[in-house]
Amino acid sequence: MTVARFWRDISSRYNLYGTKCAACDRIYFPVRQICPECRRSSIGKMERYKLSGKGKVYSFSVVHDAPPQMSVIRPYAVAIVEMEEGVKVTGQLVDVDLEDIDIGMSVEAVLRKIGDEGPDGVINYGFKFTPRLD
Amino acid sequence: MDVGIVSYGAYVPRFRITPTEIGRVWGQDGKAMGKGLFINGKSVPSPDEDVITISTSAARSMLRRVDVNPADIGALYVGSESHPYAVKPTGTVVAEAIEASPELCVADLEFACKAGTAGIQMVMGMVGSGMIRYGVAIGADTSQGAPGDALEYSASAGGAAFLIGREDIIARFNGTLSFTTDTPDFWRREGQPYPSHGGRFTGEPAYFKHVGEAARRMMDRMGTSPGDYNHIVLHQPNGKFPQRMASMLGFSNEQVTRGLLTPMIGNTYSGAVPLGLAAVLDVASPGERILVVAYGSGAGSDAFDITVTDAIKEFNRAAAPTIDGLMENTRELDYATYAKYRGKILMKG
Ligand SMILES: [Zn+2]
Repeated sequence: MTVARFWRDISSRYNLYGTKCAACDRIYFPVRQICPECRRSSIGKMERYKLSGKGKVYSFSVVHDAPPQMSVIRPYAVAIVEMEEGVKVTGQLVDVDLEDIDIGMSVEAVLRKIGDEGPDGVINYGFKFTPRLD
Repeated sequence: MDVGIVSYGAYVPRFRITPTEIGRVWGQDGKAMGKGLFINGKSVPSPDEDVITISTSAARSMLRRVDVNPADIGALYVGSESHPYAVKPTGTVVAEAIEASPELCVADLEFACKAGTAGIQMVMGMVGSGMIRYGVAIGADTSQGAPGDALEYSASAGGAAFLIGREDIIARFNGTLSFTTDTPDFWRREGQPYPSHGGRFTGEPAYFKHVGEAARRMMDRMGTSPGDYNHIVLHQPNGKFPQRMASMLGFSNEQVTRGLLTPMIGNTYSGAVPLGLAAVLDVASPGERILVVAYGSGAGSDAFDITVTDAIKEFNRAAAPTIDGLMENTRELDYATYAKYRGKILMKG
């Protein structure tokens, strides 16, 4: 991914900014320009909306056949998280033993390194999910 | 108007490795090393953690405990000797991640292990002069010792963030001073992966002289003696130095214990005194007085005289993990996994 492309998404990647359709109150992540439900009537009504970062594991999968950059942490888990706001967000699960992951487990977003462009490249940061004690 | 701590937050990675396990690999009596250093384990960052993510976690915990608009933060300084980039600030990512951007002063600071407390002093000045309403000072590190070196038993990872201001302060700064000389006890040249140290030179003319002088001068200036303090938080490259220093200054073991985390997590370098102070604030009651002395090789010490205020009773500590909470749910690593996580294994390509 190019530096510029990652940089444009920083508010989503660091702070889970998505979009709320003021016409129907639906929340979207990542950012959308138009509400697929309201279509033309959502034009001009799409607002920046920050997710709380809290949610529950909706589904997950353990990745064994990892890309080279992820081989240091393999095997690792990727989850679809149903956020408090109802929208589903995909992210890596960290700071949890793989056998302890359950559907419905409470998680929250934290900032972690997502990857880098080699030892002389830019480091990309973004959200991952950790278990939430509540 | 008084300047003080409005909030604080701490972060320590979840992984640990024991001196016994390190000694097993290097043919040393790790258990005896651990006992000599008074270190039972050290924290290890996950491969996706660095000073930027540790600082962000600490700063987010700090903000969760208070109702402060991040846009009112006028300065953010991150002190570390393991900033992820040689050129490109840590602070810009942290400021963006806590939504304090864009109208604020940001800089990364370096002074071995005391860059975080240097940041506290800078922010105190800016807040006290009215230049800014709130400022954030963070001390964090993911330090490395060369494989097989004595430093490998202690060098660990963690950090804490402090929100400094004039309103609703939970702890007041009564005073601060620094004691600084040119003393080459520990260094790392640009481009070198691991630091070097002056062996025994790191003790008497370095740590003990600077921490001792700063503590004595602080008490002289405040007209206090060891009995006036409930806690003393000292830089803790190992568990032994701060105990010996405190005793040399006339403090009891009870006054040192709460702010002494190195026996559990190792030496978090720039994170050490900030984390020790966080551990004390986790349990402190109104009126308690704390003497804090950081140390940075090279060399210098920053001293702070702090009194906890009544506002700590209303302070929402439970909104973020306490130091005790960060000591739970840890996972022990074997040396091979530790070496892989810390990039000590040479990979192809
Ligand atoms: Zn809509």
